[in-house]
Amino acid sequence: MNDDQNDPKKTRSGIDRRDFLKAGAGVAGGLLLSSGFGRLALAAEHPALGNYPAGIQGSSVFVGLSVPRTGPYSAQGEDEIKGYQLAIDHLNQGSELARAYAPDGKKGVLGKKIEHGVTDNQTKPNVAVQAISKYISDKKAMMVSGSVSSAVAIASGKLCDREKTIYLAAISGSNDTTGKDCQRYSFRACHFAYTASKALAPVIKNALGPNKKVAYLTPDYTYGHTVYNSMKEFTEKQGWTTVTNQLSPLGTSDFSTYLLNIANSGADVLVNICFGRDAVNSIKQAQQFGLMDRMTMVVPYMAPFLAQEVGPELMQGVYGTTEFWWTLAETNPLAKQFVDDFEKRNGRKPGWSAHIAFLQTMLWANAVEGAGTFYPPSVIKEYEKGKHINTDIGEVWWRGDDHQLVRPVFVIRGKKPKTMRSKDDYYDIVESVAGPDVMPPKGHFGCKLGSYT
Amino acid sequence: MPSLPLFLSQLFNGLALGLLLALISAGLTVIYGTLGVLNLAHGALFMVGAYAGFVAMEHTGSFVLAMVGGMAGALIVGLLMERIIIRYFYQRPAEDQILVTFGIGIIITEAVRLGFGGISQRVAVPEWGQGITKLGFLFYPTYRIEVMVIVAVVLLLLYLILYRTRIGMIVRAGIEDSLMVNMLGINVYRVFLLVFGIGAMTAGFAGIINAPIVAVTPDMGEAILVQSFVVIVIGGVGSFPGAVVGGIIAGEIVSLTSMFNPAYSHVMLFAVMALLLAVRPQGLFGIEGRE
Repeated sequence: MNDDQNDPKKTRSGIDRRDFLKAGAGVAGGLLLSSGFGRLALAAEHPALGNYPAGIQGSSVFVGLSVPRTGPYSAQGEDEIKGYQLAIDHLNQGSELARAYAPDGKKGVLGKKIEHGVTDNQTKPNVAVQAISKYISDKKAMMVSGSVSSAVAIASGKLCDREKTIYLAAISGSNDTTGKDCQRYSFRACHFAYTASKALAPVIKNALGPNKKVAYLTPDYTYGHTVYNSMKEFTEKQGWTTVTNQLSPLGTSDFSTYLLNIANSGADVLVNICFGRDAVNSIKQAQQFGLMDRMTMVVPYMAPFLAQEVGPELMQGVYGTTEFWWTLAETNPLAKQFVDDFEKRNGRKPGWSAHIAFLQTMLWANAVEGAGTFYPPSVIKEYEKGKHINTDIGEVWWRGDDHQLVRPVFVIRGKKPKTMRSKDDYYDIVESVAGPDVMPPKGHFGCKLGSYT
Repeated sequence: MPSLPLFLSQLFNGLALGLLLALISAGLTVIYGTLGVLNLAHGALFMVGAYAGFVAMEHTGSFVLAMVGGMAGALIVGLLMERIIIRYFYQRPAEDQILVTFGIGIIITEAVRLGFGGISQRVAVPEWGQGITKLGFLFYPTYRIEVMVIVAVVLLLLYLILYRTRIGMIVRAGIEDSLMVNMLGINVYRVFLLVFGIGAMTAGFAGIINAPIVAVTPDMGEAILVQSFVVIVIGGVGSFPGAVVGGIIAGEIVSLTSMFNPAYSHVMLFAVMALLLAVRPQGLFGIEGRE
């Protein structure tokens, strides 16, 4: 009888499992060597993780964009694309504007040209997740970005965290995005429910007076719920009362049933949380139901193009907050370069959708160049350092604890049509509220970041 | 509990919503009843009506001409659709018809998006519709009240055409037995074209009269298509009175549910449809076993 057969460690063919593993390692090592010295050097610098180093083998890196081109947020989605393209073009040319954010002076990011693809996520989380999965597996994307709906931003962030690929939310107003649904691999640069409400509440109290009764029109998903919670918190703290909250599904076209309930609620102030096309429809119809004459409307999270779509007559005197408004170009030279170049290319002023896409891309380039590598954990740690960066909205920095950008919030008010200086001059910036004054305390919304690897 | 004035307001509002749904669904159901084609491009025709009306409004400034333009636009697109593609699908299986009309719908929507962009267009409420009317217990937008009247008149006209004229008789005979009608020396396919035209025109008309109320965008037809399906399922597929009654029921469900819980108003619509399918699969006015 062969001894080998009695030894449980030996396989039938008589090869020791340890021998087998050794041989396997040798073969793998040989393959690794044969694929070139450069690859070995990279692999030695950092272990493979996500699409690193597969995504940086060539002379370019790929960036996957998932934005809504159809559905209630399509106008904002299209504008985001233009913002990304502007940023990518500037980075690839190594222009003066690009060097303001990514100062290494080389064309592209770390000398790699940025290539990108765009998919219509239809404002639906499941479609976005499919699109992003393809970008990560087929195109070896090193960064993914794009969102208008927070539901999409949160789903995209979760997927990218699992795939160890950096995700940059574009528009996302929910407290959850950098709160309970925060991710190690995702970052948000725009203002959101809490900061918008905290900046806006004192301004509207000053303007409208004490003891107001408030009715809410709220889109029925994470964005709407958290803006409602934050607005309720800050307005009730200053003595206002909440009389009704009307939840409408995302993509509602007829708001008459909700508006009738609001008309019968006895409210003096209508806080309209709807965004995109839902905001357009609800405001048009609120006017037709006579609500705009009986109550003052406040739009805490003012969608880009809203004034253009409903007309300045309806938006005059309406208070809200915005991430960016083009008149910032009058005081900030970087904003001027951005607005001028955008207008030259597209024949119109940029919305804040285009701006946030532009800013996120530039801040990403800044982090990658600061880290000196595309290796995701190093890039994330560079973000988390929280260094102060001069941008077209002033000085900003990332909060390492929840990956939220600390940034100013702009409170705006719709201008009277008579006082508009040009056809795009819809708003006055009535206050620019500093980021640290409105940020929630660390951990306030339950953020727990996951692992780097 | 909601107050009586609120209840009455929502009851009235439900009727207003319902009549508009009825008008859109009438076109859909007449085409299906006559031609046996479930036209998934119907929402796109609704949208074409709104855009054609918008263009007419921009050029003429007259809302009456915008209404004519909206109808004409949808009619032209509808007839082209029928002549170029759909007529070759009358004898094909239902799945083919669904796929081809769905595809046409996408093409039309994207073509409009290409031309006008995704930002919504504004169609102002006409002079004669501005302001609010006090109806005893509630204040209601004047324009919406006028739309109710206009829609009711159009629905009545459609009814008269279908049930009280020779053409209508041929159409209804064609539904029952197109071969027989053909053998009687009547060009049944010309009648079919006419029916398709009428269906498209009602969709376009609904689109333009709805344009001052909602944002005019390339995908405005999608949501309305889904709702009008619910309406014709409730009312009975292919039945004209079913579309009218189904529309009003749907409007009331949405409106009345919203008093108690706004978030459930559209869910209720589908719940009622599911319930009805279980109890009376052919719908309220449908004829059992008819395809």
